[in-house]
Amino acid sequence: MHPSHFTVILLFALFASTVFGITMRDTPRRMFRYGAYCFVLFVGSVIVLSWVMFLIAR
Amino acid sequence: MPTTPNKPAAGKQSQQGFVYLPLIAGWLVPGAGHFLLGKWIRGALLAVSIIAMFVLGLAMQGKLYTSAQDILDLLGVAGDLGSGLLYFVSRAIGLGGTPVQTTVADYGTKFIVVAGLLNIIAAVDAHNLRTGRKSS
Repeated sequence: MHPSHFTVILLFALFASTVFGITMRDTPRRMFRYGAYCFVLFVGSVIVLSWVMFLIAR
Repeated sequence: MPTTPNKPAAGKQSQQGFVYLPLIAGWLVPGAGHFLLGKWIRGALLAVSIIAMFVLGLAMQGKLYTSAQDILDLLGVAGDLGSGLLYFVSRAIGLGGTPVQTTVADYGTKFIVVAGLLNIIAAVDAHNLRTGRKSS
Protein backbone atom coordinates (compact mmCIF):
# COMPACT_ATOMS: atom_id res chain seq x y z
CA MET A 1 0.00 0.00 0.00
CA HIS A 2 1.55 3.27 -1.15
CA PRO A 3 -0.81 6.22 -0.62
CA SER A 4 0.29 9.75 -1.48
CA HIS A 5 1.83 11.84 1.27
CA PHE A 6 -1.21 14.11 1.40
CA THR A 7 -3.54 11.12 1.72
CA VAL A 8 -1.45 9.92 4.66
CA ILE A 9 -1.78 13.34 6.27
CA LEU A 10 -5.56 13.33 5.79
CA LEU A 11 -5.87 9.85 7.33
CA PHE A 12 -3.63 10.76 10.26
CA ALA A 13 -5.58 13.96 10.92
CA LEU A 14 -8.92 12.17 10.68
CA PHE A 15 -8.08 9.43 13.17
CA ALA A 16 -6.17 11.59 15.63
CA SER A 17 -8.88 14.27 15.58
CA THR A 18 -11.57 11.68 16.24
CA VAL A 19 -9.78 10.41 19.35
CA PHE A 20 -8.93 13.93 20.54
CA GLY A 21 -12.52 15.09 20.12
CA ILE A 22 -14.01 12.16 22.04
CA THR A 23 -11.51 12.19 24.88
CA MET A 24 -11.03 15.92 25.44
CA ARG A 25 -14.65 17.13 25.56
CA ASP A 26 -17.80 16.13 27.46
CA THR A 27 -20.79 16.51 25.17
CA PRO A 28 -21.25 15.15 21.62
CA ARG A 29 -21.67 18.61 20.15
CA ARG A 30 -18.45 19.89 21.76
CA MET A 31 -16.65 16.68 20.80
CA PHE A 32 -17.55 17.19 17.15
CA ARG A 33 -16.54 20.83 17.19
CA TYR A 34 -13.20 20.12 18.88
CA GLY A 35 -12.51 17.20 16.53
CA ALA A 36 -13.20 19.39 13.51
CA TYR A 37 -10.99 22.11 15.00
CA CYS A 38 -8.11 19.65 15.47
CA PHE A 39 -8.56 18.29 11.94
CA VAL A 40 -8.39 21.76 10.42
CA LEU A 41 -5.32 22.60 12.51
CA PHE A 42 -3.55 19.35 11.53
CA VAL A 43 -4.17 19.74 7.81
CA GLY A 44 -3.78 23.51 7.78
CA SER A 45 -0.44 23.41 9.58
CA VAL A 46 0.83 20.79 7.14
CA ILE A 47 -0.13 22.93 4.14
CA VAL A 48 1.45 26.05 5.64
CA LEU A 49 4.67 24.26 6.63
CA SER A 50 4.86 22.62 3.20
CA TRP A 51 4.73 26.03 1.52
CA VAL A 52 7.35 27.37 3.94
CA MET A 53 9.69 24.50 3.14
CA PHE A 54 9.02 24.94 -0.58
CA LEU A 55 9.94 28.62 -0.41
CA ILE A 56 13.04 27.94 1.69
CA ALA A 57 14.25 25.30 -0.76
CA ARG A 58 14.05 27.67 -3.77
CA MET B 1 -24.54 21.71 59.67
CA PRO B 2 -25.58 20.07 56.42
CA THR B 3 -24.23 16.56 56.02
CA THR B 4 -24.87 16.22 52.28
CA PRO B 5 -21.89 14.55 50.58
CA ASN B 6 -20.08 16.58 47.96
CA LYS B 7 -20.04 13.86 45.32
CA PRO B 8 -23.15 13.24 43.22
CA ALA B 9 -24.96 9.91 43.30
CA ALA B 10 -23.49 8.89 39.96
CA GLY B 11 -20.01 9.41 41.37
CA LYS B 12 -20.75 7.14 44.32
CA GLN B 13 -22.11 4.48 42.02
CA SER B 14 -19.01 4.65 39.84
CA GLN B 15 -16.80 3.72 42.79
CA GLN B 16 -18.29 0.21 43.02
CA GLY B 17 -16.43 -2.77 41.55
CA PHE B 18 -12.93 -2.95 40.13
CA VAL B 19 -12.25 0.62 39.16
CA TYR B 20 -9.31 -0.14 36.85
CA LEU B 21 -11.20 -2.60 34.64
CA PRO B 22 -12.10 -0.05 31.90
CA LEU B 23 -8.50 1.20 31.90
CA ILE B 24 -7.04 -2.28 31.43
CA ALA B 25 -9.70 -3.42 28.96
CA GLY B 26 -9.32 -0.21 26.98
CA TRP B 27 -5.57 -0.72 26.78
CA LEU B 28 -5.83 -4.36 25.70
CA VAL B 29 -8.63 -3.81 23.15
CA PRO B 30 -9.19 -0.32 21.71
CA GLY B 31 -12.64 0.99 22.67
CA ALA B 32 -13.37 -1.83 25.13
CA GLY B 33 -13.16 0.47 28.14
CA HIS B 34 -15.96 2.63 26.74
CA PHE B 35 -17.97 -0.45 25.77
CA LEU B 36 -17.82 -1.62 29.40
CA LEU B 37 -19.28 1.72 30.47
CA GLY B 38 -22.10 1.53 27.92
CA LYS B 39 -20.62 4.27 25.70
CA TRP B 40 -21.19 2.29 22.53
CA ILE B 41 -20.85 4.99 19.89
CA ARG B 42 -17.75 6.53 21.46
CA GLY B 43 -16.20 3.10 21.89
CA ALA B 44 -16.93 2.17 18.28
CA LEU B 45 -15.45 5.42 16.96
CA LEU B 46 -12.34 4.99 19.11
CA ALA B 47 -11.96 1.35 18.10
CA VAL B 48 -12.33 2.10 14.39
CA SER B 49 -9.91 5.02 14.53
CA ILE B 50 -7.19 3.26 16.52
CA ILE B 51 -7.44 -0.13 14.81
CA ALA B 52 -7.56 1.48 11.36
CA MET B 53 -4.50 3.55 12.18
CA PHE B 54 -2.61 0.48 13.38
CA VAL B 55 -3.63 -1.67 10.40
CA LEU B 56 -2.87 1.10 7.89
CA GLY B 57 0.54 1.47 9.51
CA LEU B 58 1.24 -2.21 8.95
CA ALA B 59 -0.19 -2.03 5.40
CA MET B 60 2.25 0.78 4.63
CA GLN B 61 5.01 -1.66 5.69
CA GLY B 62 5.66 0.18 8.92
CA LYS B 63 7.95 -1.38 11.51
CA LEU B 64 6.97 -2.73 14.91
CA TYR B 65 9.61 -1.88 17.48
CA THR B 66 10.76 -5.07 19.16
CA SER B 67 13.86 -4.13 21.14
CA ALA B 68 15.40 -0.99 22.55
CA GLN B 69 18.88 -0.34 21.15
CA ASP B 70 18.80 3.34 22.12
CA ILE B 71 16.49 5.88 23.74
CA LEU B 72 14.51 6.53 20.55
CA ASP B 73 13.87 2.82 20.09
CA LEU B 74 12.76 2.67 23.72
CA LEU B 75 10.22 5.41 23.06
CA GLY B 76 9.06 3.51 19.98
CA VAL B 77 8.57 0.34 22.02
CA ALA B 78 6.62 2.30 24.64
CA GLY B 79 4.39 3.79 21.96
CA ASP B 80 3.81 0.43 20.27
CA LEU B 81 2.97 -1.24 23.58
CA GLY B 82 0.09 1.22 23.94
CA SER B 83 -1.81 -0.74 21.30
CA GLY B 84 -2.19 -3.65 23.71
CA LEU B 85 -3.24 -6.93 22.12
CA LEU B 86 -2.88 -5.51 18.60
CA TYR B 87 0.85 -5.22 19.22
CA PHE B 88 1.30 -8.64 20.81
CA VAL B 89 -0.80 -10.45 18.18
CA SER B 90 0.97 -8.67 15.32
CA ARG B 91 4.34 -9.62 16.72
CA ALA B 92 3.22 -13.19 17.31
CA ILE B 93 2.21 -13.64 13.66
CA GLY B 94 5.33 -11.92 12.36
CA LEU B 95 3.92 -8.63 11.07
CA GLY B 96 5.90 -5.39 11.02
CA GLY B 97 9.28 -7.10 10.91
CA THR B 98 10.59 -5.75 7.62
CA PRO B 99 13.11 -2.91 7.73
CA VAL B 100 11.87 0.54 6.69
CA GLN B 101 13.02 1.33 3.14
CA THR B 102 10.57 3.94 1.85
CA THR B 103 9.14 7.21 3.11
CA VAL B 104 5.65 5.74 3.24
CA ALA B 105 6.96 2.87 5.37
CA ASP B 106 8.38 5.45 7.77
CA TYR B 107 4.95 7.07 7.90
CA GLY B 108 3.54 3.61 8.62
CA THR B 109 5.90 3.22 11.57
CA LYS B 110 4.67 6.54 12.94
CA PHE B 111 1.05 5.49 12.41
CA ILE B 112 1.66 2.39 14.56
CA VAL B 113 3.31 4.37 17.35
CA VAL B 114 0.63 7.08 17.34
CA ALA B 115 -2.13 4.46 17.34
CA GLY B 116 -0.64 3.13 20.58
CA LEU B 117 -0.43 6.58 22.12
CA LEU B 118 -4.01 7.41 21.12
CA ASN B 119 -5.13 4.11 22.64
CA ILE B 120 -3.54 5.10 25.95
CA ILE B 121 -5.43 8.41 25.84
CA ALA B 122 -8.67 6.54 25.14
CA ALA B 123 -8.05 4.06 27.98
CA VAL B 124 -7.35 6.89 30.44
CA ASP B 125 -10.55 8.60 29.27
CA ALA B 126 -12.49 5.41 30.05
CA HIS B 127 -10.85 5.34 33.49
CA ASN B 128 -11.86 8.96 34.10
CA LEU B 129 -15.43 8.17 33.13
CA ARG B 130 -15.37 5.18 35.47
CA THR B 131 -14.10 7.14 38.44
CA GLY B 132 -16.39 10.12 37.79
CA ARG B 133 -13.54 12.51 37.10
CA LYS B 134 -15.11 13.08 33.68
CA SER B 135 -18.84 13.73 33.91
CA SER B 136 -20.06 12.14 30.65
